[in-house]
Amino acid sequence: MKEQGLGETMNNNNESPGFFEKPGTIKLLWVLLYAVCVLTLVPDFFIHRHPHFAYDNYFGFFALLGFVACALLILIAKGFGFFLKKKEDYYDD
Amino acid sequence: MTNIHPALLLICGALLVPFFKGKSKNFFVITLPAAAFYLISTLEPSTSWQVHFFGYDLTFLRVDRLSKIFGYIFTLNAFAAFIYAFYLKDNAQHISALFYIGSALGAVFAGDLVSFYFFWEVMAVSSTFLILARRTKKSMGAGMRYILVHLFGGLCLLAGIVIYISNTGSVVFEAMTEQNLGTWLMLLGVLVNAAAPPFSAWLSDAYPEATVTGGVILSAYTTKTAVYTLIRGFPGWEILILVGCIMTLYGIIYALLENDMRRILAYSIINQVGFMVTGVGIGTVMSLNGAAAHAFAHIIYKALLWMSAGSVLYMTGKSKCTELGGLYKTMPLTLIFGTIGAMAISSFPGTSGFTTKSLIISGSIHEHLFWPWLILEIASAGVFLHAGIKFPYFVFFAKDKGLRPGETNKSMLTAMGFLAFICLFLGVYPKPLYDILPYEMEYYHAYSISHVATQLQLLMFSALVFFLFLALLKRTDTIALDTDWFYRKGGRLFYQVMDKGLNAVNRTFERVFVKEFLVDLTTHVKRLPFAVLAKICWPFWKSAFDAPDKKTINENLLKRAQSGFYPISIIGLFAAIYFGLLFLL
Repeated sequence: MKEQGLGETMNNNNESPGFFEKPGTIKLLWVLLYAVCVLTLVPDFFIHRHPHFAYDNYFGFFALLGFVACALLILIAKGFGFFLKKKEDYYDD
Repeated sequence: MTNIHPALLLICGALLVPFFKGKSKNFFVITLPAAAFYLISTLEPSTSWQVHFFGYDLTFLRVDRLSKIFGYIFTLNAFAAFIYAFYLKDNAQHISALFYIGSALGAVFAGDLVSFYFFWEVMAVSSTFLILARRTKKSMGAGMRYILVHLFGGLCLLAGIVIYISNTGSVVFEAMTEQNLGTWLMLLGVLVNAAAPPFSAWLSDAYPEATVTGGVILSAYTTKTAVYTLIRGFPGWEILILVGCIMTLYGIIYALLENDMRRILAYSIINQVGFMVTGVGIGTVMSLNGAAAHAFAHIIYKALLWMSAGSVLYMTGKSKCTELGGLYKTMPLTLIFGTIGAMAISSFPGTSGFTTKSLIISGSIHEHLFWPWLILEIASAGVFLHAGIKFPYFVFFAKDKGLRPGETNKSMLTAMGFLAFICLFLGVYPKPLYDILPYEMEYYHAYSISHVATQLQLLMFSALVFFLFLALLKRTDTIALDTDWFYRKGGRLFYQVMDKGLNAVNRTFERVFVKEFLVDLTTHVKRLPFAVLAKICWPFWKSAFDAPDKKTINENLLKRAQSGFYPISIIGLFAAIYFGLLFLL
């Protein structure tokens, strides 16, 4: 049974693309993302962290950890997806 | 009995719901948790409501700092959830929600294992109605599977409690120190409710099938009551570090695979509860406080996330990422509130997730647990990936699917605004939460430049990976198989294996034994006398019969043998020899 939404209306095609769909905005967001990533690395030049374990005082350790961890998680999920993903009606009779 | 029991307030209130009409019903259900919250704030550490029952002293109301913090958050969240449900007229949902929340309070305030178990089971049953209340075929199936899994967990818990009581002779619910069959069974029963794999599939199977408000309410109580039970009963059990770490990663991988937005949020519950379970496993004051604080913060931001997803479902009737997108245009407030929840779950500095999860991670650092620490950091990055960005991105941005639903109703927005405020408030000023933590410890300073900087590095580079790998994350109209496969398809497969396997053996046996062996046997039995006779008599008959060739003689003999007509003289000869021999000997 499909539930009907309350305010559902279809888009008319004459509408101009929204703010977040404009190529200019998307480009700007990419630049911002890279800029913020670089900015987060800046404190590592100044702060000498009290290292808890051997590794976590290296420059940009957490940036690398975040990047590698997420990349691996996505790839692992993708790999699992090959045999775990099934059509929506898989369990239907 | 000086105090009113907060659970009783909600459960008795539930019974009065049908007598209210129209909006007064909604006002009534909002008042109940607010009153219970106030009531809990007035409770002093004590034990009361003691009943003597079959030779055991049951304590229905044990008030200490641990039960109080869970009491506060359970009622606070219920208050917000009923504001959110202001549009709802359905008696069944209100009553089952109040029973469910009331029995969660009952379990948290229970001072003995017997009354604890009683409320535990009432929770399982009443929560099922929040799933069934959606009244779709899918929700019916999911609800039935949900209750069966919980009955299994409940039975493990019960068996454990019975063994524990007979071992110790005490029903008091306190930290388990001995590891034996009883305590392990109890732990298993609790872990089923905590949604630890492989017993986690009930959550991701059932919660997304619940009603709009049902999902909001369900997300808070079952798993967090289990977390409470672990903090109370199993602090420092090292196995929980392993279980918790697995849960954090398990939740992320599945959340990345999922398409349904509420299923993504369901898996992120498993991930978040993993952090708390790890904290309990570490078992120091800091990490136990961290588990409790994180449960507190988690209930709020997770309810907020479920509310924003619920609003989208309520307005569009859709919950799959493949059918959603571009909603930022018409649901900006839902987007903003949902994003605050998403930031909080990702423990962005300035949100409640940051000030609470840090306690658990610091707890692992203080104990020099390298691997748990590393996995918690990896999982923190992964949370931002699946709940922090994936959920808002695919629902509100991504590809515009042309949905123009408009903003959701005012009561939903009010509830979301309220919870979003708490997320930010506790992020900036966590002192009120730290003050009510269960165990005494030095004031924890979450904010240091280095901590904020490292957390931002972790999160921003995770975000970078998300957008760089966007092609790999493209949504497909699919579901991901979880361990519920074993009882959903497994049963059917078992039947098929039995059908193909055992029935094939049956059929082969029938063919070989009945159709071939028995037929052959009867043929041989029929032919045997003839064959023996032919062998013995051939030399004699060769000359006696007219027909010269063996074939004709054999045919002749066979006919005689089958009709029972044997050359009697030969038999007579044998008989004479036999009797002669008998006589002689």
